[in-house]
Amino acid sequence: MYKIIKKQNIGENMALFEVEAPKIANKAQAGQFVIVRIAEKGERIPLTIADYDREKGTITIIFQEVGCTTKKMRLLEEGQSILDLVGPLGQPTELENYGTVVCIGGGVGIAPIYPIARALKEAGNKVISIIGARNKNLLFWEDKMRAVSDELFITTDDGSVGQKGLVTDVLKQLMEKEKIDRVWAIGPMIMMKFVCLTTKPANIKTIVSLNPIMVDGTGMCGACRVQVGDETKFACVDGPEFDGHLVDFDLAMRRLAYYKDEEKRALAQLECQGGGCGCH
Amino acid sequence: MSLKIPRNPMPAQDAKERIRNFQEVALGYDEETVVLEAQRCLQCKKPLCMQGCPVEVDIPDFIAEVKNRNYQKAAEIIKTKNSLPAVCGRVCPQENQCEKYCILGIKYEPVAIGRIERFVADWQAEHGQTDENINVTPTGKRVAVVGAGPAGLTCAGDLAKLGHEVTVFEALHVPGGVLMYGIPEFRLPKKVVQREIEYIKKLGVKFETNSVIGKIHTVDELLEEQGFDAVFLGTGAGLPYFMQIPGENLNGVYSANEFLTRTNLMGAYDFPITDTPIKVGKRVAVIGAGNVAMDAARTALRLGAEESYIVYRRSREEMPARHEEVEHAEEEGVKFLLLTSPVEFKGNENGNITSIVCIRYELGEPDASGRRRPVPIPGSEFEMEIDNVVMAIGQGPNPLVTSSTPGLELTKKGNIVADEETGVTSKKGVFAGGDIVTGAATVILAMGAGKKAARAIHRYLTE
Repeated sequence: MYKIIKKQNIGENMALFEVEAPKIANKAQAGQFVIVRIAEKGERIPLTIADYDREKGTITIIFQEVGCTTKKMRLLEEGQSILDLVGPLGQPTELENYGTVVCIGGGVGIAPIYPIARALKEAGNKVISIIGARNKNLLFWEDKMRAVSDELFITTDDGSVGQKGLVTDVLKQLMEKEKIDRVWAIGPMIMMKFVCLTTKPANIKTIVSLNPIMVDGTGMCGACRVQVGDETKFACVDGPEFDGHLVDFDLAMRRLAYYKDEEKRALAQLECQGGGCGCH
Repeated sequence: MSLKIPRNPMPAQDAKERIRNFQEVALGYDEETVVLEAQRCLQCKKPLCMQGCPVEVDIPDFIAEVKNRNYQKAAEIIKTKNSLPAVCGRVCPQENQCEKYCILGIKYEPVAIGRIERFVADWQAEHGQTDENINVTPTGKRVAVVGAGPAGLTCAGDLAKLGHEVTVFEALHVPGGVLMYGIPEFRLPKKVVQREIEYIKKLGVKFETNSVIGKIHTVDELLEEQGFDAVFLGTGAGLPYFMQIPGENLNGVYSANEFLTRTNLMGAYDFPITDTPIKVGKRVAVIGAGNVAMDAARTALRLGAEESYIVYRRSREEMPARHEEVEHAEEEGVKFLLLTSPVEFKGNENGNITSIVCIRYELGEPDASGRRRPVPIPGSEFEMEIDNVVMAIGQGPNPLVTSSTPGLELTKKGNIVADEETGVTSKKGVFAGGDIVTGAATVILAMGAGKKAARAIHRYLTE
């Protein structure tokens, strides 16, 4: 059992958990993820590690309600526990001093971009960060991102904070202004796709972190297959980070949508039972 | 007299009934049948059956106890050699092991050793008698076992019986490996597996689930920082193979590992009572003809498929599955498309698979494996509507542990090079056995390798 020592709700449908997991905290590196199973009969879902504290022995995960499991998960409170937590999984971010890097986090993707931006900063890069959300309420970790970035830009769809528009708008402006050596982009699949379409003509290497459907997270099931160039990769062991210019995002989006109907069914059942007591 | 008794058939759930449930197909002998079957044993002075048992069970001895209705004693005899008798009684290919050598088999049918073993194990579990003599003198030595599948469990159990302190590290949230995620409930009930694991826990073995070695600790760290004196690697064949043909990444194309893991380990057949979904349409094609393929094809029927096909590029004779599994699949209505293999999968605008294009084969000259090589017949392509494909063409070694262990010699395929008799690897203090060494094989061979390695580890730690 892994105890939740801190919970913070973000906006209407996101939450942050700081969880006691000393062994995982001890080994976690930027770019890696964990698999979470909250209770018996629960699903195994991958979540990127947003932060870790080796001394305290905790890791931080931030998640958005997208289905039944994350909805139930958001009902957990401080002091309660997660049944199963496995990690750190996947390959860590390849850290080097690349020069000037841009770190883009969209929505819940701000969480995983943070440790990467921090590590890139520590590696000596000039870090320019762009974080975006639909509106002010859904934006988080502005302070933490600012602390690890040389420059920070904020965008919201409605302009309630920062620049009104998309992260790619700011990226285009930056690309005109200065030489960018590498870009990291984590967020909704569609955002990552458009970041890659923006950087590709300028040939700026762009790393994305994929979060496909997984079961075991150790290379055993192949549910997380992604097409990268002419190769099929397993996001759980070969990734989760890949060269975004080679990723087939359309395929990845279609694979992510495969269980949409089942998710609806599970959610409907959860709703009719009074909002996720989990006792069905 | 014993020669006059015919081999007793295994009672089974009716095929029409069982394809609508996940309950066990083979129902097990009752007491009268098991005693009758035990009476068939000739009690050979030099029992040949034992040479066919990878874990060296004293077969005639336990059968003699069954004949006298001393089931507890029979269980104790089995368990001195085999920590997982209820599993072995169900999933061992006895026809290629002990029963193959049974002298009765020359003129008549061999004694149903596996079925008797299963009865004994189940009897002991139901009657709640624990085994004696599991208190041993601790040696003070600590062994880490990586992987809680058949090889790891056997190795751990045997080492504990020898007085060593054993911790088993398991990547998934429950121990059991392929016994939990792979072999279906209707062939090996999960509560039977957990019961055997409880026995191993009683021997003093500790289990650390959710622990991926190579990530949370490396093998070197286990030896140098975590205070283990030896490590056994039994990580299995966990990496699914695909065919690398067009359309393989369409939705609805599962690896057998994923299909079976969702169903068995995650309980997707109970969705939405469980949270893990699985999608099975009307027509399912399973590619391959091994035991895993049979499991997948039969699982598909139970998940609601109207038609379930085995698609295999060789002929019936070359099918690697156990005869009994093929028979069960046929009884249940699985259809066999032999000398056929897919060349492409086609899908719709949502990226869901809708059909497979296959080509027909004929058998040519024998290949390196001694089996006649399948040769594609030009122009024989045909297309069939399919809602799901399950790829069951084999699994390779998972590199998570091996790639993080410097000094460990591997084969070209990525399997660990280890001595067949001892499990000794190129790295001091590190032993290996089971599918990670041999490539995908059977539960009992992995158990045999775990047993031999336990013996070698004991020598390494005490000499």
